[in-house]
Amino acid sequence: MSSLPSGSTAALSRPVVVAASVWPTLVSKRLSVMPALAGVTPASRLEVRPTPQMVSSGVREIDTLTGGLPCGCLTEVCGPASSGRTSVLLAALAAATQRQEVCALVDISDAFNPHSAAAAGVNFERLLWVRCGMRSQKSGSPQRHPSALLRAGSDTEKNENARRQIEKPVEQALRVTDLLLQSGGFGLVIIDLGDTPSKMARRIPLTSWFRFQRAVEHTATVLFVIGPVPCAQTCASLLLKVSGKKLSAVSSQLSAKEPSEKTSPTHAQLLYGLQVQGELLRSRLDRKPARSVTTAFATKVRAG
Amino acid sequence: MRAEPELRSQSLAVLEGKAPLQKVFAVNENARRDGVDPGMTKLQIEACTGLVLRARSLPQETAAHAALLDCAQSFSPRVEAAGCDTIVVDLAGLQPLFGPLPKIARALARRASDLGLEVSVAVAGNPDTAALAARGFSGVTVIPEGKEAEQLGSLPVAVLFENSDQESGQLLETFSRWGIRKLRDLAALPDVALSERLGQAGIHLQALARGATSRTLVPVEPPLIFEEMIELDYPLVLLEPLAFLLARLLDQLCARLAARALATQELRLSLELENGWQTEEAGTGDSTCPGRAHARFFQRTLRLPVPLLDSRTFLKLLQLDLKAYPPGAPIVKIQLAAEPVRPRAAQNGLFLPPSPEPEKLELTLARIAGIVGEDKVGSLELLDTHRPEGFRMQRFVPSEPISPRKRPSPDDLVTALRIFRPPVGVVMTMQDGKPTHITCPKNKEMQGEILWAAGPWRSSGDWWEQEGWARDEWDIAVQGETGIALYRLVRDRLDGRWILEGSYD
Repeated sequence: MSSLPSGSTAALSRPVVVAASVWPTLVSKRLSVMPALAGVTPASRLEVRPTPQMVSSGVREIDTLTGGLPCGCLTEVCGPASSGRTSVLLAALAAATQRQEVCALVDISDAFNPHSAAAAGVNFERLLWVRCGMRSQKSGSPQRHPSALLRAGSDTEKNENARRQIEKPVEQALRVTDLLLQSGGFGLVIIDLGDTPSKMARRIPLTSWFRFQRAVEHTATVLFVIGPVPCAQTCASLLLKVSGKKLSAVSSQLSAKEPSEKTSPTHAQLLYGLQVQGELLRSRLDRKPARSVTTAFATKVRAG
Repeated sequence: MRAEPELRSQSLAVLEGKAPLQKVFAVNENARRDGVDPGMTKLQIEACTGLVLRARSLPQETAAHAALLDCAQSFSPRVEAAGCDTIVVDLAGLQPLFGPLPKIARALARRASDLGLEVSVAVAGNPDTAALAARGFSGVTVIPEGKEAEQLGSLPVAVLFENSDQESGQLLETFSRWGIRKLRDLAALPDVALSERLGQAGIHLQALARGATSRTLVPVEPPLIFEEMIELDYPLVLLEPLAFLLARLLDQLCARLAARALATQELRLSLELENGWQTEEAGTGDSTCPGRAHARFFQRTLRLPVPLLDSRTFLKLLQLDLKAYPPGAPIVKIQLAAEPVRPRAAQNGLFLPPSPEPEKLELTLARIAGIVGEDKVGSLELLDTHRPEGFRMQRFVPSEPISPRKRPSPDDLVTALRIFRPPVGVVMTMQDGKPTHITCPKNKEMQGEILWAAGPWRSSGDWWEQEGWARDEWDIAVQGETGIALYRLVRDRLDGRWILEGSYD
């Protein structure tokens, strides 16, 4: 049973109760009365919801699990340190630059390693790297001109300049992301919250995520966020949790050893890679509620 | 008037000369109606109410003349500079392209108006008649073939003399004594009698008055120099009014570039500062020395990755640049120059992925640089070295789409290393040459028993230079609160410090 306010004045004064089976017919009738909405089909009556275009994440197992990364949506990958988040990020970045898309990485903790990215196959010519944090002394600032008479307009602007000096990396990252998304034309925009404390990541206002989601909606941009905990909440169309399954190591003497193995000398040990387990926590792309499905994949250490 | 379009509706007189002996050099139509004529002294015109006075500026006149040439060049390549305020354009053969002659004349006037110039346009069968008609009639005038003498007849004889030199003055006086006021009167004089009294000069003037001269056009090839300048009456101390003036200069520059079907990839802003010291080379914004008198000139150069022609984008970029690098003293003169280049012929492929628009991207990058710093945004380039952090930042210019490169297959997922910048200093406990315990005073999540360790991997480089480096690397696994964390541990062999360089993720 559901209550439906009718269009007539009399009906507006009191709720009308109709049977659930009657509801679609009623809506169709109501729409057919309005000439402007004659051709409109209610979203609930659509056989197939319009699905966003999916692009490869660069990880076969994740593509199999989720169908790829949805364009025009926010995708979030969360997990603790050494869980494989950054490896997934690099794979997505490599795949996007391989598709000749222009990508942007908003690096909150300035943790991006170019050598790892080069080994993953990222094309640096199509990657914009924004390193958040304190402003460097090399860049211009009013403090470099103590005798400056030509000031930046009003006191408000001076205060703003002073505020920028002490602005936190997260705030910088949010403003930078806003600018990037408004600029448009990027195939993949990544926000790396990997080393941000969970407490701080959770403090990012939901309105920011909502604004980002609205900015990328109906565009070909994939907004990709990695962090220690889920922070975009309902704004994320796809939420994937990764966790380190086990550490894989090989030695020159023994084919495979567990981390607890302490018998062999340390110089005979070699870090081979990570065993990563991915779990799909939320997907708003399907009609059915998201199932808790998992996948596993491994990363390899490359010289570089 | 081009620099201050708001004066068009007012009475304006341009003064020439030094302060006590200033004379009126030029006036506009409104001032002429108020009774102000060229040659009057400043004292004589001070009684006129509502008259705006401006000092003559040769650089601005040069810029206006260049703009006039640009306007004409956008219609025909055969342009003659007939005077400082007159140009002659050859319209032969343009009718199939631009339409009938009146339409071309109107389009010329409209384009000149877009460039901030108030012009009179005249079309005639020969260059001299067109120049005379343009000087004598305001607006657009088209003189049909064979009706030159009739049309020019109503003009005063003074239009024949462009320069007010001594010889011209004598001739004008002679005509005045003869009672000849209009060109019609001059054209009606008998040829032989005129020749006997005034010689060949008189015959030439009569031919001009009849519109019967014939000569070859002398086309000029104006140099592609796009510069605009404003000299200020009062020094500017705020960025807002400066932006207002810059917008005006940029609009003029962009209109001139557009008239020549060009764009720009480099903008040079030069500001003359008040009470500055003169240097042999013009100082830049970076050379300002705190605690010392500032340089007289302040220059900024804006280099763009692609040719652009959008004054609003340029203005925003200049504003952001000046906000980051303020001149440091009041401004008395603004000069802006654009380096002309061919416009970008861009047509993206239908099936290529979208990329940011260059104008928007430039603005976005400038704004981001204002937030995080100029050297913290861009693309990176790996250097040919084994030194850690062997890369450098460079300006981000998305490359053209090329054929896909080879990359590892999706099965070969690379273990990423996250770098700690700056590295985290730690205290290590060693046992039999193996690290067994790690203590991190700054971050308690990064300390504990070491479960597994691999190493040391020794490397060194640049030992032949002062910035040599030598290090031992370890890969360690530490039990953290949320699970096992993998770190890259480094011992600097030069100073013996232990640091955590990054974490595997």
